[in-house]
Amino acid sequence: MTTAHATVTQHVKVKRATKSSWAGLGIAIPVLLVLAAAPYLVERGTQQQLVTLFSLIVLATMWNLLAGYGGMVSVGQQAYVGIGAYGLVYLADTIGLDPFVAVPLAVVIAGLLSIPISFLAFRLVGGYFAIGTWVIAEVVKQITMQIDALGAGSGLSLTSLTELSPGRRIAYVYWLSLIAVVLAVGVTYFVMRSRLGLGFTAIRDDSVAASSLGVRVTRSKRFVFVISAMGCALAGGMIAANTLRITPESIYSVNLSAFMIFMVVIGGLGSIEGPIVGAIVFFGLQQWLSDLGTWYLVIIGVLAIVITLFLPRGIWGLISGNGRIRLFPVGYRLVSPLERFALHPPSPDHADGEPDPKEPT
Amino acid sequence: MAPILEVAGLSKRFGKVITAEDVSFTVEEGSALGIVGPNGAGKSTLLSLITGVLPADAGAIVFDGKDITKISPGARSELGIARSFQIPRPFVDMTVFENVYVGAAFGGDSHGQAGYDTTAEALEITGLLPLSDVPAGQLRLLDRKRLELARALATSPRLILLDEIAGGLTEKELPPLIEMIKGLRDSGVTVIWIEHIVHALLAVVDELMCLAFGKVLALGDPQEVMRSPEVIEVYLGSTFDMGEAS
Repeated sequence: MTTAHATVTQHVKVKRATKSSWAGLGIAIPVLLVLAAAPYLVERGTQQQLVTLFSLIVLATMWNLLAGYGGMVSVGQQAYVGIGAYGLVYLADTIGLDPFVAVPLAVVIAGLLSIPISFLAFRLVGGYFAIGTWVIAEVVKQITMQIDALGAGSGLSLTSLTELSPGRRIAYVYWLSLIAVVLAVGVTYFVMRSRLGLGFTAIRDDSVAASSLGVRVTRSKRFVFVISAMGCALAGGMIAANTLRITPESIYSVNLSAFMIFMVVIGGLGSIEGPIVGAIVFFGLQQWLSDLGTWYLVIIGVLAIVITLFLPRGIWGLISGNGRIRLFPVGYRLVSPLERFALHPPSPDHADGEPDPKEPT
Repeated sequence: MAPILEVAGLSKRFGKVITAEDVSFTVEEGSALGIVGPNGAGKSTLLSLITGVLPADAGAIVFDGKDITKISPGARSELGIARSFQIPRPFVDMTVFENVYVGAAFGGDSHGQAGYDTTAEALEITGLLPLSDVPAGQLRLLDRKRLELARALATSPRLILLDEIAGGLTEKELPPLIEMIKGLRDSGVTVIWIEHIVHALLAVVDELMCLAFGKVLALGDPQEVMRSPEVIEVYLGSTFDMGEAS
């Protein structure tokens, strides 16, 4: 073992951004500007499709935050999608709030409801947690179906938005959704760059070791759980505002969780870019293959299996060269003191002993 | 010197298996306590009880005058208790630097530039600085053990618990490790060290405790403990070599 006890006198330098991240920003800003102008450029149908894509990106990003960074595999996020959607319709149509006020309020309600739910769900781990969240989502659905004010089993239509002219309505919903995507990805990025995010990544890799190093595991997990619930509720609001009609069977469908898992897995778990790529690919597949009926699901299933087997880091892992390119860098790279490397010839004990096959070259 | 750790009547059982029964001892601040005992004696369990990964069934743990029996592992780490795991538990998808920075940023409560400096220092002491940007999952056993130590050091601990940190190392790799642990102890960090390689342990520790079937069999001067008939009997039939102890 090297035992040079030289104290580090000068400060070390740590780099958090990379060249590719600046390039990413250079691409992201023009793309966002073009997207913001879309209501003036493309027809209503395309805008509505883009809202669907945006809601998928939000959902995938939130599921990734939960599973890819928080290590919690939930199959019950549709509970919050439903709460967000029903919250919007109820607050706007029955209470009479402005729909664009009702959405953030529904998001807050979902966040508040997810706190007591987390105490229940966190009693379970691993596969039990997954099933438990699914059961909780079913319970939320059944409760919704018991409430006549929420349309019971037949669902609700959002009427307050139809007071606007269709052109305006669709454009407003589009802009709201664009803001939602930027918010969901932005919040994830800033959380993951913070000390909190460092803790989440540690928890995902080994929660026992993380707790021994001072990470408050349960508190951190609860925070992610609530953020993810709020993000899913936001997506629920987007879906309701886009389709103007919700039913318990569709908005609380476990398929939503299956889609989230699919998008994150094919895009790349545990990166911010992966879920975005996954959502775009999934959206494309939905558009092109929807005429094929059942075959569409077969193709999607086969694709998921192939990617899990051959590309464990998903499509983004392939594009980025296993994380070499990072548009949203969250890591820490030591850049100096480089001269110290000269003092320590790369670990002398790496020369003897059996070579490790996984040794980086 | 005042005791930094007082363990009183600590008990833990898993069903019918007793892994700690009425374990009591104190450790003086700045001293080193070695723990030996046959496999299954409850040594690692004892460390898990002290760090809070496992809740105790009965008894009390007092750290620096504060009862910590009921508080979370994270809170204990912030108070200054750090631990290395017998089987290394690296954060495999994080780099070596990030692994160690977790310890600095949470247990050591020093983030940003101060945390980076603490991290670099822990990496330097353990010789891992050249591997800073390597994903921890790619490390070999020796480096994983160093990483365990570096992460624990980065929390700026007052008490460090080492679980068979020397296990699996070659004779050549031992002396620098022993020097490093001695250096830690001499800098004022209290050390509790579980080890099967008794001669490595005896080179460092001030006191030795022998555990068997979850009970304290002997506790006191290291040489006397190793000579006590009960301890010898527990080790009979095992590969323990008294010659190594001197």
